[in-house]
Amino acid sequence: MREIHVSEVIPKVRSMCMDANYYLGEDVLGALKASYKSEESPVGKGILGDIIENARIAHDQQVPMCQDTGFAVFFVEVGQDVHVNGGSLSDAINEGVRQGYKDGYLRKSILGDPIKRVNTKDNTPAVITYDIVPGDKLKIIFAAKGGGSENMSEVRMMKPSDGVEGLKAFVIDRVKRSGGNPCPPIIVGVGVGGTFDKCAQLAKRSLLREVGSKHRDPFYADLEAELLEKVNKIGIGPQGLGGRTTALAVFIEAYPCHIASFPVSVNIQCHAARHKEVVI
Amino acid sequence: MADDKIRVTTPLTDEVVKKLKIGTQVLICGTIYTGRDAAHKKITESMKKGEPLPFDPKGQIIYFVGPAPAKPGQAIGSAGPTTSYRMNAYSPMLLDAGLKGMIGKGEMSEEVRDKLKQHLGCYFLAIGGAGALIAKSIRAAEVIAYDDLGPEAVRKLTVEDFPAIVTFDCYGGNLFKEGIAKYSRE
Ligand code: SF4
Repeated sequence: MREIHVSEVIPKVRSMCMDANYYLGEDVLGALKASYKSEESPVGKGILGDIIENARIAHDQQVPMCQDTGFAVFFVEVGQDVHVNGGSLSDAINEGVRQGYKDGYLRKSILGDPIKRVNTKDNTPAVITYDIVPGDKLKIIFAAKGGGSENMSEVRMMKPSDGVEGLKAFVIDRVKRSGGNPCPPIIVGVGVGGTFDKCAQLAKRSLLREVGSKHRDPFYADLEAELLEKVNKIGIGPQGLGGRTTALAVFIEAYPCHIASFPVSVNIQCHAARHKEVVI
Repeated sequence: MADDKIRVTTPLTDEVVKKLKIGTQVLICGTIYTGRDAAHKKITESMKKGEPLPFDPKGQIIYFVGPAPAKPGQAIGSAGPTTSYRMNAYSPMLLDAGLKGMIGKGEMSEEVRDKLKQHLGCYFLAIGGAGALIAKSIRAAEVIAYDDLGPEAVRKLTVEDFPAIVTFDCYGGNLFKEGIAKYSRE
């Protein structure tokens, strides 16, 4: 059994919160630069140029690229040969969030209750998903998920007879109805299969993939490419003002499902696609 | 300043608003006020009760934003727009009271578009997710109401060349509809 003290976790989470918000990933930046070159709409091109410039300012001045520094979302893979000591792992993660959002001058966007709506003032609690995996490592993946793009997401319990054509139509329709709201260019995360809740999580997890990467299964790689092309034909463009660049990527994650079911989910991610991971 | 951009100063007058057509890039100077969901709810409730408001909306612009905290030495933290449709329920009432414009991201309702036409106003788009860039045009920020709302408090901002694009104009134009129709290849 490998021992990991919670005090090791807190500072790592603290820095991930800050770094993810200050430094846009090279993969996203590269995709933005490529679309800046190819964008046909002059207004759209101008917007993409400003988004790239914004990422540079955030990086150089160590300020958040977007004021919505997000819900703190974590995927934690706990090696089964690891023993976390010194307190609760969830408490440690939340403490890291508390410190990171305070010391990093990040916005506190979390309300303690959705109906009573009073701000917790430290951006906690986080949304944490645990997986037990083989090994003696602790892997913590952090994503800052903004509200604007999250609000454009949806899970639909489709019918098996809807098939892949139904899935495509749903994804396109969801992006269309989102228009400029989720700050396009976006990344479209699609989950297919599992149960109602599992399906939503598949879409969220798919957003952690590197922009430009291909799906490991050629069938899904082709489907992603087809959907990306279709999405970019809608014409929504940067910020919804028209153009070629609506999405930078479409990612799909599938899971086995029940004979009666065909769950499909779409989780929209804005261009401020912020995630980081550490392995302890 | 690029030739194709128009500099406008608040408060806005009918004459100025009439010059602003969809697609026009503007650089806003002067005072603007911030407000998002919770502040709009409170302001419109006060209006209904005839209570005093945090500021007189006549001729003014409301920026839908909840900024990040300022780092030492900054006037304000990152401050890009929030999604505007959530204010569809409130903006018509403020436009009736003399508000001349809103700044946000994403489309607004037909009702808002009609009110902008009726009262001569504009809905401007600021780039969503460009909060660090936009913050550079904000010279001063002061909380003037609802401090307890944290990022949702109403702030008075002093801006210089705040970059925005006219997306709904006083002629009923809607840049989202026109832009998307132009680039759709479906
Ligand atoms: S959708 Fe993303 S880029 Fe837009 S305001 Fe929200 S977090 Fe920022």
